[in-house]
Amino acid sequence: MATTLQRSSQLTMADLKGKVDPDWCPGCGDFGVLAAVQKALIELQIPNHNVVTISGIGCSSNLPGFINTYGMHTLHGRALAVATGLKLANHALTVLVTGGDGDGFGIGGNHFLHSMRRNVDLLYIVMDNQIYGLTTGQTSPTSCIGMKTKSMPFGNIEAPVNPISLALAAGATFVARGFSAEQKHLTELIKQGIEHQGFSFLDVFSPCVTYNLDNTYQWFRPRVKKLEDDPAYDPADWTAAMEKSLLWGDEIPIGKFFERTDVPTLHGAEPVLNEGPLVHRDPRLPLDVARSFIEELM
Amino acid sequence: MKQTFAIGIGGAAGQGVATPGDIYARIFSRRGLHLNAYNAYQSIIRGGHTFLTIRTGPERVSNMGDRIDLLIPLNQDSMNRHLGLLTAGAACIYNADTIQPGAVGSGVQLCPLPVSKLADITRNKIAQNTLAIGAGLNMMGIGFGALENVLREQFKKKGEAVVAENVGVARAGYDYASSHFKPFPNPLPVTENRYAILSGNMAMAMGGAAAGVKFYCAYPMSPATGVLHWMAAHARKAGIMVRQVEDEIGVINMAIGAAHAGVRSMCATSGGGFALMSEGLGMSAMIETPVVVIDCQRAGPSTGVPTKTEQGDLWQMLGAAFGDYPRVIAAPLDIGDCFKIIPELFNIVDRFQCPGIVLCDLLLSEGRLSVDPKDLDFSPPIDRGELITRANGAPSEVAANGAYKRYRITESGISPRAIPGVPGHIHTVATDEHQEDGVLISDEFTNPIKRRAMMEKRMRKVVGIEAAIPPPALLGPRNADVTLIGWGSTKGVIGEACEILSEQGISANQLQIRWLVPLHGEAILDILRGSRHTIIVENNYSGQFARYLRSETSFVPSSYIRKYDGEPFMPHHIVEAVKEQLAGRTKLSVPTHEIMV
Repeated sequence: MATTLQRSSQLTMADLKGKVDPDWCPGCGDFGVLAAVQKALIELQIPNHNVVTISGIGCSSNLPGFINTYGMHTLHGRALAVATGLKLANHALTVLVTGGDGDGFGIGGNHFLHSMRRNVDLLYIVMDNQIYGLTTGQTSPTSCIGMKTKSMPFGNIEAPVNPISLALAAGATFVARGFSAEQKHLTELIKQGIEHQGFSFLDVFSPCVTYNLDNTYQWFRPRVKKLEDDPAYDPADWTAAMEKSLLWGDEIPIGKFFERTDVPTLHGAEPVLNEGPLVHRDPRLPLDVARSFIEELM
Repeated sequence: MKQTFAIGIGGAAGQGVATPGDIYARIFSRRGLHLNAYNAYQSIIRGGHTFLTIRTGPERVSNMGDRIDLLIPLNQDSMNRHLGLLTAGAACIYNADTIQPGAVGSGVQLCPLPVSKLADITRNKIAQNTLAIGAGLNMMGIGFGALENVLREQFKKKGEAVVAENVGVARAGYDYASSHFKPFPNPLPVTENRYAILSGNMAMAMGGAAAGVKFYCAYPMSPATGVLHWMAAHARKAGIMVRQVEDEIGVINMAIGAAHAGVRSMCATSGGGFALMSEGLGMSAMIETPVVVIDCQRAGPSTGVPTKTEQGDLWQMLGAAFGDYPRVIAAPLDIGDCFKIIPELFNIVDRFQCPGIVLCDLLLSEGRLSVDPKDLDFSPPIDRGELITRANGAPSEVAANGAYKRYRITESGISPRAIPGVPGHIHTVATDEHQEDGVLISDEFTNPIKRRAMMEKRMRKVVGIEAAIPPPALLGPRNADVTLIGWGSTKGVIGEACEILSEQGISANQLQIRWLVPLHGEAILDILRGSRHTIIVENNYSGQFARYLRSETSFVPSSYIRKYDGEPFMPHHIVEAVKEQLAGRTKLSVPTHEIMV
């Protein structure tokens, strides 16, 4: 069963401003991600009381506090599990999950994997800065080999996770990558990810200006190439997406790698939800149903 | 002394021990008899040894008892293990072709069945089981019709030929017994009552459905898996979203996510899975989203003995997750109570917006009991507490001026909870410490005054919870020689031990604790002040409840009875221990379990 996005017509940037201003370091990539999320919601005109922004723990996971939607700032690595439960209990809500690379690919790796194969209908935005920031600069699951951090002062010797190929292999039905300095492009990807019915994964290069002095804005700018600029690229082609996902170095693709729309969402595949969101149901069982449960035991 | 009759059926896993058990259980319940069944088994799918005890009688049967009246060993191993348990008046029915009996006590009747002469064993692989069922039924003085009806239901899917075959074999066993074996002296009566037979896991799942649970998730783990199985099988009929999750960390977080959206949400596990859930439990407390977690205790530590019972998780529950926060812990007293306790606990955790734990154990989870259907109330009171939903609207002036504060500081500690989707109440909840409107006070706004106020707000709820749960009451005569103190699943066996002690001239009463946290310490002390000799009985090594009671009340009992071999107490274990303690021989008794499984 499809979730129909509820639209409003007066949502403005002022409505989406959080109770407090972000306390990220000046220049942090996360500012760009927050702005793009707000712009996407305004362009889509989704009433903010029907949006729930859910995060784990880390610099980027503070995002729900900086946007005026319903929000949950949960445990380190657990945002996707919480979001899955919330979506299944009220599938009329638009669910955004935001967090960092350590939160999502490290401590939360198991939930990441299983949420994708379940095709839970939500947009998962990872602000990927290839470093642990809030704990003051340690190696992350996406840190490049050789990168020196406080936890690996002689250089990282562990190969990084490739989030895009991982998502493709795990069955995510929408896989994209953005760059926080490419606002319009990122906003468009967020809009598409929200509108996609199923699990939308959006990895965003969101540079850490304090602790990652390797993968900076200057490092990314000449390298990122938009998939949308290649008219021959077909995001319905999984194999092509997998090939593109392996590119890293002088050319790093951003944009929509892959989308398929023929897989039912988790809430759509479960007949229990056919009658509408669980949260609006009567808690009482019909008496004949209750009676039948007892009769089975007699 | 009340009339009971107990059957022990032993065999290898996969040999069909459960089927004769189910057949007898159905026959007894249709005669209006109570029953209690306990299956002692091993973590093995085929082979090994399993021993099922079914005890029945016209009055409530609360535990497996001390005595086996009829033993049906399905293999030599079972004969060797259990024949020695039989005492005068008992009988043993066995396949004379394949099993050799050993020495028996005086007055024990050996009932060999010439299986290959009575049935075509090349065609019917379970002929020995069916013959034994028939023979046993005859000796209990029950008419064959009862068995025929059950066999018809059991085999009807396989066609009339299979039904006729099995009824014929059962009949042969029944008739053989009437001409060769001596019947039991007191035939089981018939009553007008009708009971439901269910396990504690089924009861807790059904209790959840009755409480209005709309979301259930779990990772399979013995002995809690039965809750998942009932939920999954009945999900569509009951309108419950049931999910199997990748691990218990995912389970608790998913359950809390659903609860946060506004539905009643529940999950179940055993000690190992619960260990993974503890951080999530703290989240439930901190964001003040209620959730119910069932812990079905098994013998620990670590993987422990997955198929054996214990009351060894109490301190894990008391200490689960770091920091101070309000929690509720309840231990069901029997299988019927497994049903009742769930709606009661949900009402409390909904009102006080905190996590609730059901501390069950394998004995109740996997045991079976006859329960009066009237005690399975699918219309219990439902109190969702101060919940603001789309349906019940919102205090409009608060909504309009943006003044809604999710964590408003109140005298009761309870802050009205709006669920996502309700206009005018937008807020973000956080596992970081926060101020009234939800804004974090962990980062740039740390503030010791606000932190203290928020901590005190949450903890004030404890006072309300304590007032909402009833204090325990003394069972039995006020003035007794000995007071036995237990908690949770030991209610039945301690109760029967008290009856036996009274018959032997030692008056005994019982204090059974159901609500562990908060603990009504003063009420407990008031009761125990009047006791002459107090004994704490529990299924663990270190006396976890005794240590907890002491930490809360400074109370130290006269002595202790503990068992930690994986098997439940039998009444005589407690009776003998009480006698040796009253005689001053010891302050700590650890009974030896005689049934080897």
